[in-house]
Amino acid sequence: MKVLLKFTQQMNDEPHIANVILETGTRLNIVRATADNKGGEVLVDVPSERYRLVAKAFKSRGVNVHALEHPVVLDEEACVKCGACISVCPVNVFRFEKDWGIALDENKCVQCGICVTACPLSALDLSI
Amino acid sequence: MAEKTVQEINEKIKDGSVNVVTADKMTEIVREIGPKKAAKEVDVVTTGTFGAMCSSGVFLNFGHADPPIKMQKIWLNDVEAYAGVAAVDAYIGATQLSETRGFDYGGGHVIEDLVERKTLELKATAYGTDCYPRKYIETNITLDDINQAIMLNPRNGYQRYNVATNSSDRVLYTYMGTLLPDHGNATFSGAGELSPLYNDPDFETIGIGSRIFLCGAQGYIVGEGTQHESVNNLATVMVSGNLKKMSAEFLKAAIFYKYGTSLYVGLGIPIPVLNENVAKKTGISDADIVTNVFDYSVARRARPVLRKVSYAELKSGKIEINGKEVITSPLSSFQTAKEIATTLQDWIKDGKFFLSQPVERLPTGVTFKPMKQTKETSFVRDVMLKDIATIEGNISIKDAAKVITKGQFTHLPVVSKGGVLAGIVTAWDISKAVALGKYEEIENVMTRKVITANANDLVDSAARKLEKYNISALPVIDEKKKVIGLIRSDDLTRLIAKEVKR
Repeated sequence: MKVLLKFTQQMNDEPHIANVILETGTRLNIVRATADNKGGEVLVDVPSERYRLVAKAFKSRGVNVHALEHPVVLDEEACVKCGACISVCPVNVFRFEKDWGIALDENKCVQCGICVTACPLSALDLSI
Repeated sequence: MAEKTVQEINEKIKDGSVNVVTADKMTEIVREIGPKKAAKEVDVVTTGTFGAMCSSGVFLNFGHADPPIKMQKIWLNDVEAYAGVAAVDAYIGATQLSETRGFDYGGGHVIEDLVERKTLELKATAYGTDCYPRKYIETNITLDDINQAIMLNPRNGYQRYNVATNSSDRVLYTYMGTLLPDHGNATFSGAGELSPLYNDPDFETIGIGSRIFLCGAQGYIVGEGTQHESVNNLATVMVSGNLKKMSAEFLKAAIFYKYGTSLYVGLGIPIPVLNENVAKKTGISDADIVTNVFDYSVARRARPVLRKVSYAELKSGKIEINGKEVITSPLSSFQTAKEIATTLQDWIKDGKFFLSQPVERLPTGVTFKPMKQTKETSFVRDVMLKDIATIEGNISIKDAAKVITKGQFTHLPVVSKGGVLAGIVTAWDISKAVALGKYEEIENVMTRKVITANANDLVDSAARKLEKYNISALPVIDEKKKVIGLIRSDDLTRLIAKEVKR
């Protein structure tokens, strides 16, 4: 599952992610990381069964932990099933169903956000 | 060849014996039993398409206010509607952008909000006349409050459309959606074998007055659409219908990121299967419809065709471009296109929709001409003086005078340490300072509010600025406000003299 970790600027000195990996023995997959003068955000893939353990380890270090149940959300009412989202997604979240409806594999989503602007009907959003 | 008439088909619709199929089904039927038998069995083929059709809009009549106003400028939710048609008529176009919300709201949204019976803010200004004294009005309206709302779309239902891709190294935001660098994706539009105009490419049944499905209501074909290019299978139709009867399910506002707003229009045309020939053409399949892949990173009218591709390949989800597998995305909805064809099929089966005999067929053999350009386009960068002197603000009037006489410049841009524009002095400013006995630093005599030009501006726009502000030169600056040149009215005069000679 996708978990968003939020670090404050003061935390930047410590290798928190490496420490949590070592402490919990969990292989975290870092899918996206950003940093600015306010701090940093790291999106990681965590095996679901290890989530509680990993979340606890991050929280004890003061890291803000958000589990993303739905990294990308499709508004079915607004969607016209055009498929503009399919080819812009770098990780193939979207595909056509047999009847030309849109199927979503949200677990793949890395929250890059390109589908949000590419959707002509403004039917896609990232959850935070 | 056995023939049927539209009248005979309408009789069958009336008595419930009509056989109607959707265009994709007809493809299968013709493949299986051949056009001759298909023409006997099938009476009507229904088509459908649902895509962004920018060339769409609605004529509105608001009724008269008291005291009355001859509206000169009109806004609906801050989106301007064209008002140059009588006192209280207007045309709202799908791509007009909101003056307050920019790309987030436009004419397409106004039209959708009207159909959804939302309340819209109407504002209008006028110059006032003896018969229409009022100069301003502001009121709230819904679709039910106004007299007419007649959709009139100059160009809908493109027979086929281009495929767009991008060979450059940056993301492009176009009316064909987001195009990723290095042929990262390809987008296309159109309904393929359900395409209304591809099912009757020689307009044997479609023409002026053909009754059609338009956004959930019954509408009509007005005639050929703008940019109609039947010779290249790029035919279009102009269509009209009553907005008050339309459904928001088949009419949706759209935003193309960093491009603008548009409107998804649902269009379906019934094709009466009058004979074997018509049946054969309605048997067209996705594999038979071929279109061109264009490189949209070429910012010119004539873009290179990278390859030809069929709708069957496009709908498979990927195509090959220059040896690379590229994922495709449609921008129009196949699911809704099918729903339109099916809805029209149901209407006909249920005796709610009758076919009409067109009064004139759409023209064939029409080509689409490029714009006639009578003036070569010149940019500021082509005309500006690049070898110029600049000075810093803390030098003396005397030193500035030296620079002017040495280089025979009449204008000296004043810059800060990094070359950023801070002001301008002219030979006249210096003479005046000397005449008044001022011998201070340049900073105290320079003009600080400088009118400038950009290298990529059209020369015409620089000329307009010179005239408007009654000045004789503009410093040319880059995006960091650094001075990179100077454009003088003398240079423009020379340019015009050259053009006149040519």
